[in-house]
Amino acid sequence: MADHSEHPASFWTAASLLPPLIAAALFAVFTTFLPAVAAGETLRYAWGWIPALGVDFSFVIDGLSLTFSLLISGIGIAVMLFSGRYLAGHPQHGRFSLYLVSFMLAMLGLVLADNLLVLFVFWELTTITSFLLIGFSHGSEVSRRAALQALLVTGAGGLAMLAGFLLIGAETGTFELSALREMGDVLRDSPLYIPILILVLCGAFTKSAQFPFHFWLPNAMAAPTPVSAFLHSATMVKGGVYLLARMHPNLAGTNTWLWTLVIFGAFTTVFASIVALRQNDLKQTLAYTTLMALGALVLFLAAPGGYAVTAAATFLVVHSLYKAALFLTIGCVDHATGTRDARRLGGLARRMPLTALAGGLAALSMAGMVPFIGFIGKELLYKGGLESPASPIIVTGAIFAASALMFAVAGVVALRPFWGSDGKMPLLDRPIREAPLPMLAGPLVLGVLGLYFGLSPHGLQVHVTDPIVGAILGDPDMAKELYLWAGFNLALILSILTFATGVAIYVFQDRIRERIVAAESRLMNFDALWDRLLAAIGTGARVVTDLLQPGIASRYLMAVFTTITLLIGSAILIRGLDIGTVGLSGVDGVHVVVFGLTIAGTLLAVVTNSRIAAITGLGVTGTGVALVFIMFGAPDVAITQILVEMLIVVLFSVAALKLPTLPQRLPFFHRRAHAAVSIALGAIVAGVVIAVTSVPLDLRLTEFFEANSYPEAHGRNIVNVILVDFRAFDTFGEISVVAIAAISAYALLRQRKTKGSQ
Amino acid sequence: MNSLILTTATRLIVAILLLFSMFMLLRGHNEPGGGFIGGLIGATGFVMYAIACGTSEARAALRVRPQQIAAAGLGVAALAGLSSGLLGDPIFTGEWLMIGASGDSKGLALSTVLLFDIGVYLVVMGGILTLVFALEEEI
Repeated sequence: MADHSEHPASFWTAASLLPPLIAAALFAVFTTFLPAVAAGETLRYAWGWIPALGVDFSFVIDGLSLTFSLLISGIGIAVMLFSGRYLAGHPQHGRFSLYLVSFMLAMLGLVLADNLLVLFVFWELTTITSFLLIGFSHGSEVSRRAALQALLVTGAGGLAMLAGFLLIGAETGTFELSALREMGDVLRDSPLYIPILILVLCGAFTKSAQFPFHFWLPNAMAAPTPVSAFLHSATMVKGGVYLLARMHPNLAGTNTWLWTLVIFGAFTTVFASIVALRQNDLKQTLAYTTLMALGALVLFLAAPGGYAVTAAATFLVVHSLYKAALFLTIGCVDHATGTRDARRLGGLARRMPLTALAGGLAALSMAGMVPFIGFIGKELLYKGGLESPASPIIVTGAIFAASALMFAVAGVVALRPFWGSDGKMPLLDRPIREAPLPMLAGPLVLGVLGLYFGLSPHGLQVHVTDPIVGAILGDPDMAKELYLWAGFNLALILSILTFATGVAIYVFQDRIRERIVAAESRLMNFDALWDRLLAAIGTGARVVTDLLQPGIASRYLMAVFTTITLLIGSAILIRGLDIGTVGLSGVDGVHVVVFGLTIAGTLLAVVTNSRIAAITGLGVTGTGVALVFIMFGAPDVAITQILVEMLIVVLFSVAALKLPTLPQRLPFFHRRAHAAVSIALGAIVAGVVIAVTSVPLDLRLTEFFEANSYPEAHGRNIVNVILVDFRAFDTFGEISVVAIAAISAYALLRQRKTKGSQ
Repeated sequence: MNSLILTTATRLIVAILLLFSMFMLLRGHNEPGGGFIGGLIGATGFVMYAIACGTSEARAALRVRPQQIAAAGLGVAALAGLSSGLLGDPIFTGEWLMIGASGDSKGLALSTVLLFDIGVYLVVMGGILTLVFALEEEI
């Protein structure tokens, strides 16, 4: 992609400029809500969507959704400015911009939705747009695989989540989050609590890449760098965290919730920070640190305490700021040098001082240094861990290990490429020089913000963390204050210990990396497992297809008729069948002739060994049925029946030439089986028809159509009026089927022809 | 099939069948008939023609490919269904224009319902012809 950057003039195009402008406009709109939300207000907007199902297109702005919206649109500005320059001149730049803006809008819809089904729709939209973005370099096999993997993992989780939402709707009678929040313990006391929890957590954990669904996130780094910076650090992967925070008032507070989140979160955060240290590709390193952050956020949404939730809220902002900045910095480095390999980079600060500054600011916040906001975030994490009702040792230990490793990783990402001796960078036909301003602006501003919020955290607290705590716990007074200097306490001691451990890890990083690499080969490789799972699904599908679709028409018919026979037959056996009294009154000579013909035709088709005789017999049966329709006053149906019979004769006469002659005698077993199924199905259908006609027909519909056909629909032929007016939508579906069936059959026939001619 | 009698008779019968299919289509709203039956009859006409004179002749007489007729029919039906949406009613509501209506007589009644039925006619006719022509050419 770096090849397309040599045309600075092409930055001034719609594809480059429109996306950041759209993001900036949205950001500006969202900032106007800040005072209201800081004052504790919750704003709700709703438009009717599917009123029959009680589903509204409703959106809510409270502390949680506003913070997410500001992060999405704010980081969106930085990322889109960056990509406008990064991809300038790329032949598919316009398409990329469209995907990126669509993704941003879907993400905003997700966090603003008040209705669970609306939330689901936007959730899936983010999945689809991220699929398009990850697979943007669709010429590459790796990109395509990563895109499909992300789509399948998060899509499957999304479907589980939808099932959970439907259960919630069934239990509570509403899909509105704002209404659910008022309901208190309804869901927690429900017998369906555990299924709901599992399904919703499936959605959240896949989206936020919690272990064991973590493997798609590092693979998704196949996407262009701005995509990784936007989707896989600041926004989409936080969708799962957002969902947990949103469901917190309804689902949290039980031991199941607490321990599930603690175990998955703690494991993910420690596991990811160890693996992060092992990576050589800086983008992969950042991907694993994102996993670590997501694990930490899940960990802290487990507990209901004020410190824990304040810590989660603060760390959410901290992480978004430094991670987006670091991704974009690495993008600048990659763009300038052509490599992201930590082992080959070094000494870049002399040539790219501003990039080094941006990376340094972000890394200091990531390492949790004073006076950056990252320090405050880490202090709060420790305080939250120490008061955790789960197990302070597990939670605090996990955070300690992860923070120390993060400290070391921050050094790897921001120290090694920029300082020390010159690295062994690939030779490019142009000098390594400072990244252009549109690419630098974002990471610099984000890095400075990390410092600014650290020095004056009060604004952040009033506008972000207090309202978020209010939204999650229902009481903004439970929020803890954000202090740079909170006094000499246990958290501070832990911080100092973290720095010491972090420095030690950084110093011995090469030796530790060797150990991790050695241990890695003994661990389960989820990525390979995934491949095997996909292959197994393919094999399974082939086996089932071969079983169900052998390509022999009589077997298909046997399968269909046997199924119908068994289903209806077992229903009759269980429930019984009241066929009333059957008599032969009202039968006259015409009836006898017509039914006699019909039966004779059927018998002929059954006993004959000639196809022509069989089709003639069926023709007689069909005509007999048409005569029945005429006798009982359904001329339209009768005409259709006769015409269809004619066409079948034509089609058959054409096809007959190609068909093999009927076998003289089918195997004994087959004949018996066919006869048994035929007789059973015939008996069942006859019994059902008699049973249905033995009770008085419900004539309300008939009366409605009789009464309204002429005055309302201006037609006297009720059948046709139903078809084209009262039930026109159904008819439209039917003619669509007719057209699709014809075209499919045409395609199949043509395919045979081309195959035959080869 | 080279039968002089069949070929000669078919030319006459096809014309009558097509006319009859139109008749069935148009009377369908008040008497037995309608787009589905009309389409079947119209298709039967061309199927006969194909049997008597060959599918290439029948295709030439049809001028457009049967798939296109089916697709056009689907489009016409969709248009008829959606047009009421433009007039502010729920989609697939019948919209009527009574020309010269007076007292008991409803005059010449034109409607989106008729347009919809024409769509059905085209889909059925195009669909069947697609299938039959392909089958005959394949054999």
